[in-house]
Amino acid sequence: MGCAGPYASSEMGRVSDSVPAASSSGAGSDPRLTSALVIDFVEGVAAIIKAERQYLTTLDSAIGDADHGINLDRGFSAVLAKLPEVADQDAGTILKTVGTTLVSTVGGASGPLYGTAFIRAGGALAGRTEFGADELIAALDAALQGIMARGKASRGEKTMIDTIAPALDALKAARANGADLLDAIHEATAAAKAGMEATIPMLATKGRASYLGERSIGHQDPGATSAYLMASVLQDTLEHTLTREGGTSHG
Amino acid sequence: MNTTVQTVMKKLINTPERVVRDALEGIAVAHADLIRVHFDPDYIVRVDAPVQGKVGLVSGGGSGHEPMHGGFVGMGMLDAACPGAVFTSPVPDQMAAATKAVDGGAGVLHIVKNYTGDIMNFEMAAELADADGIQVASVVINDDVAVQDSLYTAGRRGVGATVLAEKITGAAAEARMPLAEVQRVCEKVNGWGRSMGMALTSCIVPAKGSPTFDLPADEMEIGIGIHGEPGRRREPLKPARDIVEELATPIFEDLPFNSGDQVLAFVNGMGGTPLIELYIVYKELARLCDQRGLRITRRLIGSYITSLEMAGTSITLLKLDDELTRLWDAPVHTPALRWGV
Repeated sequence: MGCAGPYASSEMGRVSDSVPAASSSGAGSDPRLTSALVIDFVEGVAAIIKAERQYLTTLDSAIGDADHGINLDRGFSAVLAKLPEVADQDAGTILKTVGTTLVSTVGGASGPLYGTAFIRAGGALAGRTEFGADELIAALDAALQGIMARGKASRGEKTMIDTIAPALDALKAARANGADLLDAIHEATAAAKAGMEATIPMLATKGRASYLGERSIGHQDPGATSAYLMASVLQDTLEHTLTREGGTSHG
Repeated sequence: MNTTVQTVMKKLINTPERVVRDALEGIAVAHADLIRVHFDPDYIVRVDAPVQGKVGLVSGGGSGHEPMHGGFVGMGMLDAACPGAVFTSPVPDQMAAATKAVDGGAGVLHIVKNYTGDIMNFEMAAELADADGIQVASVVINDDVAVQDSLYTAGRRGVGATVLAEKITGAAAEARMPLAEVQRVCEKVNGWGRSMGMALTSCIVPAKGSPTFDLPADEMEIGIGIHGEPGRRREPLKPARDIVEELATPIFEDLPFNSGDQVLAFVNGMGGTPLIELYIVYKELARLCDQRGLRITRRLIGSYITSLEMAGTSITLLKLDDELTRLWDAPVHTPALRWGV
């Protein structure tokens, strides 16, 4: 593959080695997701961003300005400090707090983009302490729409959208075919990984990488990579939560 | 075998985490007669802000380009500057707070360099200021001719013309022109200014600790931006006269600079190039302008928009008319630019 970061083999390995959690929710069932899952997800994202900070920054050195990992780590460290204040709130409040904290601390392009994504997802889950798979998908959809609107970008421009959009498509398609949430999220994460890798041969037409013209070709986009890291954390978090909560997750 | 120039970070800092904060604290004590520094959110504001009845000018961007923008805060130039982390755009909270701090009732103009992050953060700040009932206009500076194909890029970067726009627009605001006029003047500078830069060495972002890109000792990067991002092409090092021709020709060709035009020539150092070399660049540029019949009637030579310790230069040409010349000559009193006072 030649593009995988230090995280990729372990992440994928962990996933394939794990016991399928399909027992927890059959096709068509709707697991109840909670604010606690949102907290776990955000903490997981903060941890993986910190762990892969150097890798993201190295990717950004090739086609950007060498700060993607540094900036996101600064933002998610601030988020971690803020989380205890909202841990007992609804999912919408938690996500909005994450988003506004990212906007206030990250800067660059990734601050407004990820910040807007979390704020929009929070809007979709406003007031909800429990939510189902369809609401989760609606929140992810809102996040993607927020990124596209704020960045005035679409697919194929070598950005985080190239990870998130195909992942969301795969998630929706799998659900439409009757897959349970865990199977669907596995397909989405695989699509996210493929989308991330597909940015390698792309010509960047948005963001700082676009200044390189043809020289942007051959490099994996750092934003697409951080988006994949988040997708992998969402998969792990759901897997952990739904497996742990087993029988109670039937809708 | 070529070796890279520098791989170990050697900087006059305390810790990488405190670089921006320590520098701001230094600026605050060094120039307390001209500016104040507000922390959390960080912005530098002129000491007498808000100036009643005057359009407020706010700019900002990543740190590492000093003296831009903080060094240009003061009478006749910016009312406030918002410094981000090194090479990272500031966050909306900073510009929103700065906008509020400089609003003297005549509205506020944001001068934004065309980088994806800067654009988005200033946009979010303008939305916040709008919610506070402050009239905000903005001008995006995009003068870098190194970025050729705007359809397939984020558009031309804002580089050297930013310094000239901040000076000239600042004079327009100081003359109590209304917001729409101040905005028009700023857009005129952007429309009539063109730049191109090059790097002899890379630079090290303190938090990263290693060079942003590797540049062999006998090569240079043409078309560099101001964030250590690699440029358009890499070439063997040449004599200054050839380098200046490579930079100036795309500038001449981009704008209809015509024989007989008056221009301001701005030769800028990227941070690690000494003034003696900038004067060599200026000499070559003056010769090329002369060949084209362009009359250099104003000039600025020095390191004003930098890229940390990067060695290299950028050239900016701004076509002048009477209005721009008069505003350029108007008094200015900031930490980094001062005349007429």
